[in-house]
Amino acid sequence: MKKVKGFWIYVVLSVVIYGVVQLLINGGILNPFYANTLIFIGINIILAVSLHLVIGITGQFSIGHAGFLAVGAYISAIITMKFQLPFPLALLAGGIVAALAGLLVGIPSLRLKGDYLAIATLGFGEIIRIVFLNIDYVGGASGMQVTHLTTWTYTFICLFITITVITNFTNSRHGRACISVRENEIAADAMGINTTYYKVVAFALGSFFAGIAGGLFAHNFYIIQPGNFGFLKSFDILIFVVLGGLGSLSGSVIAAILLTVVSTFLQDYPETRMIIYSVVLVLVMLYRPQGLMGTREVTDLFGKWKGPKGGNSYGK
Amino acid sequence: MLKVHQIDVFYGNIQALKGVSLEVQEGEIVTLIGANGAGKSTLLKTLSGLLKPKKGTIQYLENSIAGKPAQSIVKAGISHVPEGRRVFANMTVEENLQLGAYLRKDLQGVKQDFERVYELFPRLLERKKQLSGTLSGGEQQMLAMGRAIMAKPKLLLLDEPSMGLAPLMVKTIFSIIEEINRAGTTILLVEQNAHMALSIANRAYVIETGSVVASGPAAELQASEQIKEAYLGGL
Repeated sequence: MKKVKGFWIYVVLSVVIYGVVQLLINGGILNPFYANTLIFIGINIILAVSLHLVIGITGQFSIGHAGFLAVGAYISAIITMKFQLPFPLALLAGGIVAALAGLLVGIPSLRLKGDYLAIATLGFGEIIRIVFLNIDYVGGASGMQVTHLTTWTYTFICLFITITVITNFTNSRHGRACISVRENEIAADAMGINTTYYKVVAFALGSFFAGIAGGLFAHNFYIIQPGNFGFLKSFDILIFVVLGGLGSLSGSVIAAILLTVVSTFLQDYPETRMIIYSVVLVLVMLYRPQGLMGTREVTDLFGKWKGPKGGNSYGK
Repeated sequence: MLKVHQIDVFYGNIQALKGVSLEVQEGEIVTLIGANGAGKSTLLKTLSGLLKPKKGTIQYLENSIAGKPAQSIVKAGISHVPEGRRVFANMTVEENLQLGAYLRKDLQGVKQDFERVYELFPRLLERKKQLSGTLSGGEQQMLAMGRAIMAKPKLLLLDEPSMGLAPLMVKTIFSIIEEINRAGTTILLVEQNAHMALSIANRAYVIETGSVVASGPAAELQASEQIKEAYLGGL
């Protein structure tokens, strides 16, 4: 009962946020620069939440997320630009192909643990970038021209779907199984949980949404180049998740918003931008090493509705 | 109910079990004693599917389970309480128990078993909402056993339940093991605390560097001079 009510509060709140922003954009109160920043924030939230599923919930340290972003971006760009098919279809295709890439990488590499998995996924991210760099069909190093199709509406719908699906997944029995893999793999195995299966599922699901984000990303910047998807991009996404608190969905959302805003407004000071950005990170890690939210969720603060739970809500 | 015949298990190139055979009858408590590194835990891990034997057969209720994946073994009714407890530290006691029943579909039965576990371990009921990482060692052991019971096993594999516990807690745990057994669950118990284990078991196997070196009724082994000297510290 409570859960159903909480869900409707969430839906209504989402519609209100969407409506207000859309009105502001339509009314010209929000200039295109700010509108674009909002879209960018949305894309970053999708990326952060999709990686949160892999790292925060399932505990698999993957640092090649930009690779899946790149797959989604290029595939969706090919579909709209080369085949002239509609944008929603391109987004979906980008997600599906990224998920397939996730399966392809996940099945062999998820047998690895810790550092080794990190190295393998990092390597994958780089391989993807270099593959696109060498395919002339997609423009090689000079990149690929893409029409601007991403709007606030598309971004918001994708964001809504991502958060809803990942929240429900986390709260389901499958989500609990994923968390048990994070907590203790041997015990999870002994409980009869197919740990490899859940690792791969979480990885593929995370890659799917990263691919969707890629589609939005590609159609927001007029041009995509392999250089956009280097390992620094992967680290950016990783930072959202770690800064927000491993295991907290709302934490990664908040961190994504915060860091996107910080880095956007620091664009006017290119010399000091990276310094300030780093100082922010160092300060957070010094004073809140468990991340902004720890493993808690925003909804825990209100007590009533147990929202997306990344493990527990009883303080650490 | 369980018949292990001549199994060999390797960790990479290192052979941990050499032609081990053992048998467990329905309703028994069988204990497996031996020093560190003798291969006790390896044997349990092989039985529950975490490791695969290179040679030999494992017969459980007419089916061969050697090399089957862990989830199908749990489904068949063998539950493993791993060494060192391994509770899901950032989950509550209740969530840990829920995961124990992960493969079960009979919600009514799961509910009954929740009650049964809380009856066996009243401490867990008191701490239902507490994070399991904040429990004491003994309570974590209780939770690990409760979690395994939630899978409704016919055969329960216990790996060193007395490890790192205070003597009084060891007694409590062992009396609960007997209680679980009386309620109809067969138990295969691995222990270093040989004295304690032999006092509750029907039969025992002594394992040394990967091979079974002695076996027989627990009382008989407890009386044997050789075993006394080697494992019971001349008690």
